[in-house]
Amino acid sequence: MEKVLTKDLQPGGMPLDLKGYEKAGGYQGLRKALKMTPKEVVEVIKNSGLRGRGGAGFPTGMKWSFVPTGKDAPHPKYLCANADEMEPGTFKDRLLMESTPHQLIEGMIVAAYAIEADVAYIFLRGEYIVAAERLRKALAEAYENNCLGKNILGSGYNLDMHLHLSGGRYMCGEETGLLNALEGKRANPRTKPPFPQTSGLFGKPTIVQNVETLCNIHHIVNNGPDWFKGLSKSDDGGTKIYGASGKVKRPGLWELPMGTTIREILEEHAGGMKEGLKFRGLLPGGASTDFLVEEHLDVKMDFNEVQKAGSRMGTGTMVVLDDRTCPVGMVHNLEHFFAQESCGWCTPCWSGLSWAEKMLKGLEEGQGQESDLDRLAFVCRFAAPGNTFCALAPGAVEPLQSALKYFREDFERHVREKRCPWR
Amino acid sequence: MAKIWVDDKWYEVGADQSLLEACLELGFDLPYFCWHPALGSVGACRQCAVKQYRDEKDTRGRLVMSCMTPASEGARISIKDADAASFRAGVVEGLMQNHPHDCPVCDEGGECHLQDMTVMTGHNYRQTTYPKRTFRNQNLGPLINHEMNRCIQCYRCVRYYREYAGGRDLDAFASRNQVFFGRHQEGTLQNEFAGNLVEICPTGVFTDKTLKKHYTRKWDLQMAPSVCVHCGLGCNTTAAERYGSLRRILNRYNGHVNGYFLCDRGRFGYEFVRGEQRIKQTLARQDGKLKPLPKAKAIEQLGRVLPGNQKVIGIGSPRASLEANFALRTLVGPERFFSGMSDQGSHLVSLMEEILRQGPARTPSLSEIEISDAVLVLGEDVTNVAPRIALALRQSVRQQPMEFTDKLKIPRWLDHAVREAIQDVKGPLFIAAPSATRLDDAATATYRAAPDDLARLGFAIAHALDPQAPDVPDLAAGARSLAEQIAAALKSAKRPLVISGPSSSSAAVIEAAANVARGLAKAGQAVGLAFTMPEANSLGANLMGGGDLSAAFKAVEEGRADTVIILENDLYLKAPAAAVDRFLDAARHVIAIDYLSTPTVAKSELALPAGAFAESDGTLVSSEGRAQRFFQAYIPKDDIQQSWRWLIEMMRAAGRSEAESWSTLDDVIAALAQGISALAKITEAAPSAKFRKLGEKIARAPNRYSGRTSMLANINVSEPKPPDDPDSALAFSMEGYQEHPPPSLTPFFWAPGWNSIQSLNKFQSEIKGPLRGGDPGVRLIEPPETANGSFFSSVPKPFAARPEEWLLVPLYHIFGSEELSRQAPAVAELAPKPYLAVNSEDAAHLQVQAGDQIEVNLAGTAHRLPVAIHPDLPKGIAGFPAGVVSLEGTGLLAWSKLSRL
Ligand SMILES: Cc1cc2nc3c(=O)[nH]c(=O)nc-3n(C[C@H](O)[C@H](O)[C@H](O)COP(=O)(O)O)c2cc1C
Ligand code: SF4
Ligand code: SF4
Ligand code: SF4
Ligand code: FES
Repeated sequence: MEKVLTKDLQPGGMPLDLKGYEKAGGYQGLRKALKMTPKEVVEVIKNSGLRGRGGAGFPTGMKWSFVPTGKDAPHPKYLCANADEMEPGTFKDRLLMESTPHQLIEGMIVAAYAIEADVAYIFLRGEYIVAAERLRKALAEAYENNCLGKNILGSGYNLDMHLHLSGGRYMCGEETGLLNALEGKRANPRTKPPFPQTSGLFGKPTIVQNVETLCNIHHIVNNGPDWFKGLSKSDDGGTKIYGASGKVKRPGLWELPMGTTIREILEEHAGGMKEGLKFRGLLPGGASTDFLVEEHLDVKMDFNEVQKAGSRMGTGTMVVLDDRTCPVGMVHNLEHFFAQESCGWCTPCWSGLSWAEKMLKGLEEGQGQESDLDRLAFVCRFAAPGNTFCALAPGAVEPLQSALKYFREDFERHVREKRCPWR
Repeated sequence: MAKIWVDDKWYEVGADQSLLEACLELGFDLPYFCWHPALGSVGACRQCAVKQYRDEKDTRGRLVMSCMTPASEGARISIKDADAASFRAGVVEGLMQNHPHDCPVCDEGGECHLQDMTVMTGHNYRQTTYPKRTFRNQNLGPLINHEMNRCIQCYRCVRYYREYAGGRDLDAFASRNQVFFGRHQEGTLQNEFAGNLVEICPTGVFTDKTLKKHYTRKWDLQMAPSVCVHCGLGCNTTAAERYGSLRRILNRYNGHVNGYFLCDRGRFGYEFVRGEQRIKQTLARQDGKLKPLPKAKAIEQLGRVLPGNQKVIGIGSPRASLEANFALRTLVGPERFFSGMSDQGSHLVSLMEEILRQGPARTPSLSEIEISDAVLVLGEDVTNVAPRIALALRQSVRQQPMEFTDKLKIPRWLDHAVREAIQDVKGPLFIAAPSATRLDDAATATYRAAPDDLARLGFAIAHALDPQAPDVPDLAAGARSLAEQIAAALKSAKRPLVISGPSSSSAAVIEAAANVARGLAKAGQAVGLAFTMPEANSLGANLMGGGDLSAAFKAVEEGRADTVIILENDLYLKAPAAAVDRFLDAARHVIAIDYLSTPTVAKSELALPAGAFAESDGTLVSSEGRAQRFFQAYIPKDDIQQSWRWLIEMMRAAGRSEAESWSTLDDVIAALAQGISALAKITEAAPSAKFRKLGEKIARAPNRYSGRTSMLANINVSEPKPPDDPDSALAFSMEGYQEHPPPSLTPFFWAPGWNSIQSLNKFQSEIKGPLRGGDPGVRLIEPPETANGSFFSSVPKPFAARPEEWLLVPLYHIFGSEELSRQAPAVAELAPKPYLAVNSEDAAHLQVQAGDQIEVNLAGTAHRLPVAIHPDLPKGIAGFPAGVVSLEGTGLLAWSKLSRL
C-alpha cells in the first residue's frame, strides 16, 4: 500500500530539513506546477476529485475555481492553511506539521500559485508549539532557498507566507471565524454568501484549506489525478490519515487508502478494544459527528458511506466508546466543550448548548428528570443545520442526538436511579 | 418590485429587500431582534425564522432567517408554519434562559421589544431550573444606565456603537452564553451618540439614566411632537411629561431629518427645563431686587409702560419660535424689531441665507447628507456644533465603497457581508478646521489652519474646479496639492457635498464654501451645500428680519428708544459685557421674557416666565430651511406661559389692535404667513388646531395612561376636566384619536403588540422610508434651478502669526457650548472645564505647561484661564471652549496678548 503523506516520516518524528526533503523528492511538485499555468493546476486538482480533509469534504478544485482570476481580479489574494485543529479527538494535522513541515509549505505554495494568491497564512492552533517551531524553521529555509518570496525559483511568481498562532478558540477553525480572527476581530463566523473565495480575508478573495488537504496538492500535481484516484478504495480519491483514540489497544494515526472500513481501522490498526472492555460505539470523525455502533463497523470510511450510515466522516479520526465508560458522562464532557466554545453569536447555539450542558451535568449528578430527555432532544432540533449561523452547533449536537438514540437506556437509568450508574 | 407568496397569498414588495423587511412592510407581525432598519441584517438572533419553499410543489420547505434572505421574485414563505412558529418560540425560550424576568423594576418595561416578542411568539413558561448566568454592571457615566443581566446577546449595541457611530469604547467581551457588552473598564461612554443605545437595545440593558431620576413608564407619559432646540439641525423629538414635569426626550423619526438617531446633547439636554435656573413666577424689580409679583399686577405695570410709548424696541431671539418673534415684532413694529443675533452672527447668518436662497446649490436634508459620496467640511467641527451631521457623515463615507460591494452582488442590507468586503476603505471626506475634530478618524485628509487659511483652501479648491473662480495667491504647495486632491474627489463624485458654517467666525470661509459648491454646480454636478446655524431658529430669525444688536444698542444710545423688550435671549452671550451693561443701564425699562434666569433677566425690571420648548407651541426653521412645528407636552405651572401669549397680553396692554383677533397659535401663524412672504409656507408645517381625525383630537397620552383620576385626589377627589388646547389638534388626554395621526402630530409611536419604539415600522410607508403621510416639515428655501451667479472674489491674505499676540478662536463642545443644554446636570457634568489651548510650540514660547494659569486681555477685561496643550492647533492661535468660557460675546476673532501668571 502506497504511503503519500507519511512516506517521509522519520523514526523519532523529527522532520527532514529542506535539503533532506528535496533529496526525498520534495519541491518537485512545486517545480512542475510553476511550469504549468495556474488554471492548469486548478484543473488537475479538480480532476483528482480531492475533497477537503477539514471535515466538510468539499471538492477542493471546485472551491478554487470560484476565485476570481485574471487582470481585474482584486489583489492581494490570500491562501490560509487551516491548522487550528481543535476538534476533540483529532490530531492528524499535528502529525503532518510536526514531522513534515515542508510538505505543508510546498502544498501551500502550489495551491497559492493555482489561485494566484499573493500572501499565505498558516493559522496554527496556539498550543501546537512544536509544530510552530518546526514550521518557522522550515519557512525560513524555504525563503532562503527561494521557494518563497520574490520570483520563486525563477518563475516570476511572488508569495509571502506567514505563521500565525491562534489565540485558542474552537471557532477559529471555522473558516470565516478564522478570517475574522486573522484580522484581529472576534472569531464570529461571517455571512455566506459572499463566500471567502470572492470576499474573504481583508475583503479579498481567499481560500481556506485544511492542512491535510494542502499536503496532498503537490503530490497530485506531480503524479496526476489518475494516480491519486487509484490510491483509494472508494469514489473519493487519495489516502486518508485515519486515527483512533479511546480505550483501544493502540491509539494512533495511520495513512490508509480512502474508504478503508471502520472495522479494519479499529481492529487491525488500533488493535481492537483493550483487554476486558467491549466496544459500544464511536464518533467516526472527531467529536462533532454522530455515534456509530456495532452494526456500522463494516462501513467504509469515506465522505459518502459514513453519511449514509447516519454520521459524517468529519476529520476521519475516531473516538471510541467502551462499555465501562458512561455515555452520558462522555456526552456531557463533549457538550461542556462545545457550550464553552460557542462563539455566542446565534441563539440556538449559545443558549441551547449551555442548556444542554447544564441538563447533562444534572443527569450526571442525579438531578435529572424524565422531561430533560425531551428537552435535550429539543436542543438537538433547535440547533439543527440551517437554524444556526454556522456549523458549530449542528456539529455539537450530533453526538448528543445520536447518544439519545443509541444509548437512551443509559440516560433513563440516570433519571431513574438519580445518579450516574458508572460512579 | 418582486412578487412573493406569504402563507399562500401573493404580494408585491419592493426590490432589494430582505424577506423580513418585506413582511414588516406588508404589516405582518414577524418577530426579530438583531435586525434594525438602520443597521441591516446579520442573522445573529435567529428570531425571524420563516419557512421557505422552493416552489409550489415543495411541501416540506426549510427554515430560513427572513432577515438574511432576499425577497426575490417568486419567493414562497410561510410565517404561520408550525415548525417556524415553534422555532421562534424556542428562540425566545433560549433568550429567556438567563433573563432575570425583572420587568416590574426594569426601566424598559412597557416599551420593551423583548416583552413584545415574547408575547408575539407565545413562549410562556421557563422550563429550565438551572442557575442563570449573571454579570457585574458598569457605571457608564451620567447618561446611560447599564444592567447587563437583561441582555439577550443580540449585538445591536456594539454594532450601532462601533460600526455605525464610530465609537471605540463599547465592545463585546467573552463568548458563549456570557458575552458581556460594556467598556473595558468602568467609565463614561465617549461617543457623542451613545444615547441612542437606549433605543437600539431591545431590552433593559441600556436605559436613560436621566429618566431614572424621575422615572415614568411610557404608558404613563403625556407626549407631544417636539423639535430639538440644542443646535440648528432641528432633529425631531418626542417630549414626554408626567405630573407637570418633563421626563425625557426620545427620538421622533423623520425620514428626511434625524431618521432613527439623535445626538446626546439633544437627548439629554432637556433637563434644563426642570432646572433650578427656571423662572416660574413673574418677577419685578422691587427695592433693587427681582421679587415675585402677581401676574395681574405685572400686566398692570405693562399697561403703565407700554401704551403710547413711542420708544419701545424689541429684541427677538434665534432660540425662540417664529411665532414668539413675530408677536414681538408686531408689538413693537418691524422697524423697531431686532433679530437678537450678535452682530457677527447676524452678518454670517444673513450671508448664508443669501447663498442658500440664490444658489449655487441646494441645501440637503440630513438624510441626503447621509448618502453624499464625497464631502468637504470647511471650518466646522460638526460633531460639536451640529452633531447629527457627524453621524450622517459616518455613513456617507461608506457610499463609494458600497458601489464596489454592489458589484459583488452583496445586498446593502446584508450588513456584515458589506462591512467585511469593505473593511476600512472609506469614501472621500475632507475636514478643514482650526483644530482636530472627532470625525477625523473617518476623514481621507484633514487640514488644520486659522480661519483665513481655511478660506484660502476653499478658494483654491474652487479655483481648481473652475478656473473662473478666483485663484489664491501665495498658497503653500501642500495646501495647493490638497486643494487639487479635494477638487478631484468632489468632481468625480455623484453626490458631492460641501459643509460649512459660522463656527470659524469667518465670512470668507462661508464664501469659499459657496465657491466650491458653485464650481461643482457650474460643471453640472448635483452638489449639496449645507451650513450649520448657531441656534435652533437662527435661520428663522433671519428670515423674519430685524437689525443686529449694535443697531439696538445705538437706538437706546441715541435716545430713540428707552424701553426694551427682550425675548428669550441672554445678550451677554451676544455682545461684550460692558456694551450690554451700558445698554441695559441706559434703557429706562427692560422687560425680559425667558425661561431661564440669565444675566440679562437679572438686569430687567420685569421678568416674565416663559414656557420652554416642551411647554410651548411654535415653529422653528432648521439649518436646512425646514420649518417644523413643535407642540406643548403639557401646560406649564405657576405663572409660566408661552412667550407669544405673553406678547399678546402685552399687545393688549399696549392697546395694539392686532391683539383683538389673536387668541390662538393659528391666529399668530396666519398673520405671520401673511405678513412675511418668505415664511408664508409655515402654515403647511402641521395641520391647524381645527384638524380632527375620525372627529377627534389626537390624544397626547396612550390608551393605557393610568392614574388620571387619582393624580390630584390628594387635593380634590373629583377629577378636573382635562385642559383644553386651543392651539393644536392635540388633546391633553388619553381620550382622542390614537392610531395613525398625521406625522407632524404624532406624539408617540405605538401599535398593537408593538409597545416599544420598534412600532415605528407600522408608521412608515416603507421601512426606513418616509412616515406615512409624509415626513414632517416644510422647506422654505429652494434656490433657482440654474444658478448663474458669480464667484465670491475676496480671498483673504494668509494668516500670519503675530509675535506676542494670539488669535482667539472658539473651540466647540457638544457638552458645554450650547446655552440651554449646559444647564442640564448630566450635560454639565460632561462639559469641559475652562481652558485656553495653544500648541506645544507656543506653550514653550510662553513658558507655560498644561494647567498653568494664563491671562487673556480682551476689550479691557482680563480673563484667567488654565492652559491646555492642543498639539493640533496651528501656531499663533489660542482656542477657548465656546460657551464654557464667556469670551464669545466679545465678537469676531479677537487678538490678545497672553501672559503667564
Ligand atoms: C466549529 C468548526 C471548527 C472547525 N475547525 C476546523 C479546523 O480546526 N481545521 C480545519 O481544517 N477545518 C475546520 N473546520 C472546517 C472549516 O470550516 C473548513 O470547512 C475547512 O477548513 C475547509 O478546508 P477543507 O476544504 O480543506 O476541508 C471547522 C468547522 C467548524 C464549523
Ligand atoms: S452556531 Fe452560532 S453561536 Fe455557535 S459558533 Fe456558530 S455562529 Fe457562533
Ligand atoms: S445589551 Fe442590549 S443591544 Fe446589546 S446585545 Fe444585549 S440586548 Fe442586545
Ligand atoms: S444634532 Fe442638534 S438638533 Fe439634533 S439632537 Fe443634536 S443638538 Fe438636537
Ligand atoms: S432578526 Fe433575523 S436573525 Fe436576528
